[in-house]
Parts: sequence; structure tokens; C-alpha cells
Amino acid sequence: MTTIEKPADAPALASGRRTGPPAWAGTALGVGTATIFLSAVVLIPLGAVLWKGTAQGPAAFWDAITTPDAWAALKLTVIASLLVALINLVMGTLIAWVLVRDSFPGKGLIDLLIDLPFALPTIVAGLVLLALYGADSPLGVSLAYTRAGVVVALLFVTLPFVVRTVQPVLLELDREMEAAAASLGAGPWTIFRRIILPNLVPAMLAGTALAFTRAIAEFGSTVLISGNVPFKTQVAAVHIFGQIESDNTEAAAATSTALLVLSLVFLLAIDLVRRWGSRHG
Amino acid sequence: MTPKISLTGVGKTFPVRGGGEFTALSGIDLDVAEGEFLVVVGPSGCGKSTLLDLIGGLTRPTTGRIAIDGAEVTGPALDRAVVFQQYALFPWRTALRNVEFGLEAKGLRRRERAEIARDHLDLVGLSGFEDRYPHELSGGMKQRVAIARSLAYDPGVLLMDEPFAALDAQTRDSLQDELLGIWAKTGKTVVFITHGIDEAVYLGGRVAVLTSRPGRVKEVADIDLGSRDAREDVRSSPEFAAHRHRVWSLLKDEVQTAQRLTVPAPRKEAIHLG
Ligand SMILES: Nc1ncnc2c1ncn2[C@@H]1O[C@H](COP(=O)(O)OP(=O)(O)O)[C@@H](O)[C@H]1O
Ligand SMILES: [Mg+2]
Repeated sequence: MTTIEKPADAPALASGRRTGPPAWAGTALGVGTATIFLSAVVLIPLGAVLWKGTAQGPAAFWDAITTPDAWAALKLTVIASLLVALINLVMGTLIAWVLVRDSFPGKGLIDLLIDLPFALPTIVAGLVLLALYGADSPLGVSLAYTRAGVVVALLFVTLPFVVRTVQPVLLELDREMEAAAASLGAGPWTIFRRIILPNLVPAMLAGTALAFTRAIAEFGSTVLISGNVPFKTQVAAVHIFGQIESDNTEAAAATSTALLVLSLVFLLAIDLVRRWGSRHG
Repeated sequence: MTPKISLTGVGKTFPVRGGGEFTALSGIDLDVAEGEFLVVVGPSGCGKSTLLDLIGGLTRPTTGRIAIDGAEVTGPALDRAVVFQQYALFPWRTALRNVEFGLEAKGLRRRERAEIARDHLDLVGLSGFEDRYPHELSGGMKQRVAIARSLAYDPGVLLMDEPFAALDAQTRDSLQDELLGIWAKTGKTVVFITHGIDEAVYLGGRVAVLTSRPGRVKEVADIDLGSRDAREDVRSSPEFAAHRHRVWSLLKDEVQTAQRLTVPAPRKEAIHLG
């Protein structure tokens, strides 16, 4: 009540009713901490790579990433990762759908197995794949030293991303919305396309983005099965490792920068698609 | 004359996890005449939504027969519309595009769709809100959009599942009056579900009281309060109080039964269901 008698310009806090810090203080502290943490863990190392990769100027950077072996490694990495991201988009959504909407024996086990590629150290995944699809494959399918082997390895390690981003959205999906659509004359296919898909697309895209960015940087799972044949099966991450081994840090940094830029471009493209989708859903 | 909606011996059981069955509805006989406003009341969990889903064709009955205009219901169709408690609007579509959804299934041209949708938004008092998204609308406005969406493709039957339960009292009162106005204007057959006695008596021409576990029709009470659109306070008239008391007495035992079944004896129920 005392505040009413105070002149308008008196500080509001003087009334003594608010003793804690102002509301924005918590926010500022949060933002500050997050920024410092992000800088230390992400931004500074990224900056160092960028600086190292481009310190010699754009021409030197371009030369470093267009040497035949670097270029071949980058090309293979991008094409294989795009392919893997696309397959994951479809198969991951399908698996999430089956896990949420269908019931069948062994469902719980499959649900557990989905996380295995995350839980397994990637080099172990590489070993497993080599044992399965290596030169003396028990399945009779040898993918050792082939690009198909690279794709299979990438598929294995990136499988959980789309499944695990789509699954919770599907679980939370308002079933009444589907019932409403059905009562409004929509058939099963229309309901899937016009009701379920618009709800899932953001999660599908987010999962795909994660799968792609993980795939272009993948090392452990591909290094064994690919055999690292330059110009054929050597992926970018392994190429970078090789450059470091031979003391060519500038070239390694340049290729790393290229991967970084590719990741960012892909993430940006995905975000654009998502924005476009939310306006035209 | 064949009734608009007719239910004969309708029952619905759900499989229970771990085996066994749960009987939600049993032996429902109910006829609804063309142009009637029927309200169904019952305690929570007695199977009201299940009943509405059955009439809407969203689920199939385990026993019995449901017919609209004498023809058996085999699935959802555009002769019936359902309005849900939580609106079930499509959040990525504007109000206008939400209302257009059923018209798209009907295969109308874009121009025609927009025109019909506009008219129906106008009917529910939402002219000028065509381009708003659901998250930009209040609860009452969302339910108006949902009602407009249901009416837009001109179904003969309007099925409403506790449509005003989530709204504040004032919004609910005005939407009840508007609904009666729309009903008078369009002559739809309405089946309106509620757990509110006042709402049931105020809206219904007849009020069907459901028992719980399993849900059966206990009694159908006739409500003759005359026209509600006279600008007087029908709710405080002695006739209203009498009808209210009648429905209340019918419901009281059921609510107690429902509570006895749910609250103090979970063990016994678990044995029953398992
Ligand atoms: N799909 C279902 N599977 C199993 N039980 C259900 C299902 N739908 C409803 N029930 C059960 O049927 C009973 C009636 O549910 P409902 O029709 O939603 O009641 P109300 O709308 O009257 O509150 C409840 O006990 C509920 O648990
Ligand atoms: Mg209900």
C-alpha cells in the first residue's frame, strides 16, 4: 500500500516488498554461464580450427582441399553421408512408427537394441562390422574395402538419431487430432500425410541433420572396414588423421574446416526446409 | 418414421492388458429423432466418450447395431461430425484452413471451400479471425472454430463430447446459448455429452442418464422448458430446478457407485479385470 503514496519516480524496490534479485538477474547469470561454457567447449576450438585452416589465405585453403586425395575423400564422405541421412530419414521414421503404433513380440528388445550403436564405442562397431562383412564374412557378403562397406558402417552408427527424435513425438501425438480428421472424412493415407506427417516433420528433419553431421565426421566405425584406400574408400576423417600423421597440420585443418562448413550448410538447409514446411504444412 | 440415430443392444468391451476384457458399455438401446437435441450425462469413466465414438464410427461396437437413417454405421462419414473436448484443431493450419479440412475431403474447389468456411466462421461469431492460428485463439474461440469445422460440410448429426468442459463458466454459458441458436437455425440432430447436470438440463430436449460399469442407459428424462432464447433467466426458474433435481437424483447413486468402484477397492477390481 505504501507504494501508492510514493512519487512516481521513487525506486519501486524501496517498498521492501521485493527483496530478491530482479527477475532478469537469473536469466543473465544463465546466459553468461551458457556462453562461457559454449565458448570454452565449442566456439574456441572451432575458431582455432577455422583460423588454422584458413590462416594461409583462401587460395591456400582451396588448394589444400582440392588436392586429388583430399577432394576424393570429401566427395565420398558427402555422398555417403547424404545417402545415409536419406535412408535413415525413411527407415528411422518407419522403425519409430512400428515401435510406437504396433505391438509384436520382442518389441521391448528391439527398442533396447536401437541404442546399441550409441552405447558401443565406434571402433568396436567397426570391429563387429568387419567380422560380419569382412573378407571371410560368415554371411558370405564381403564389403571390406568397398564404398558399400562405408555406407553400411555409417548406417549402423547413425541409425538411432531419427528413431529417437521421432519416437517421443509420435508417443505424444494427440490421437484426437487423428480422430477429428477421420470424422472429417479423411482416409488412413490422408490422415498420415496431412495430420501425422506435419507433426513429425520437424523431428524427422532434426534427426536427419544429426545423422548427417555425425556421418561426415565418422572415423572409428569406417576405418577398419573401408581399408582406407585413397581415392576409393578413404573418408574425410581418416584422411585428416593421415595428414596429421604425416605432419601436414595445415592441410588437416583445411579439410576439417571444409567438413565444418559442410555441416553448417546442411544444418542451415534443414532449418530452411523446416521453416518452409511450417508455413506450408 | 425411422429415427435419425438408433442404437439397439449396443455393447463395447475392451481387451485388458494381460488378458481378460473390460465392459465399457452394455445393452444400450437409444433412439434419437431427426432434429432432436439429446444430452447424455453420466459419471466420469462410465463410457460416454466410447458411446460417442461408436456413433461417430470411430470405433466399432462389440455387440448390437448402430444405424443412421436406418443404415448401419460402419465407419466415419460426412453425415456425422464430432466435436472434441480438447478441440483437436490442426495447429499448423489457420482457423479458415481448419474449417476447410472436411471440405477438402468432399472435393470442393478452393474458392468454394474458402467461401463456405468463411460463412461458418461467421456463424460462430469469428469473422475477422480467419487467418489466426489455433495458438493465437482463446479456448472458447478454438472450440468455436472446431464447431464451425464440424458444421461446414453440412452433416445431419452433430456429436459433441464434453465440448465446453475445459472452458470458464462465462464462456461456457455464452457458447451454450450460441449452440442452441445454431441448432435452432440449422436443425441438426445433436448428441451432446456432458458430466454437468446444469448444462444437461439447460441444453437438452431429453437427457439420457448413464449408469457406470458397465455403462447402460438408466433413464431418459424429458425436459420441457420451452424456448431458451427468450431473454430471461431460465436457469433460476422453478421448472429448471425441478428438472435439475430429477437428473441429480438419477445421477447421485451412479456417481457413488462409480466412486465405490474406483477409490476404495482397487484390489477387488484388479481381480475382476485380471
Ligand atoms: N481404448 C480403450 N482401451 C481400454 N479401455 C478403454 C479404452 N477406451 C476407454 N476405455 C475405458 O472405458 C471406460 C469408459 O471410458 P470413456 O468412454 O472415455 O468414459 P467417459 O467419457 O464417460 O469418461 C473407462 O473405464 C476407460 O478406462
Ligand atoms: Mg470422456
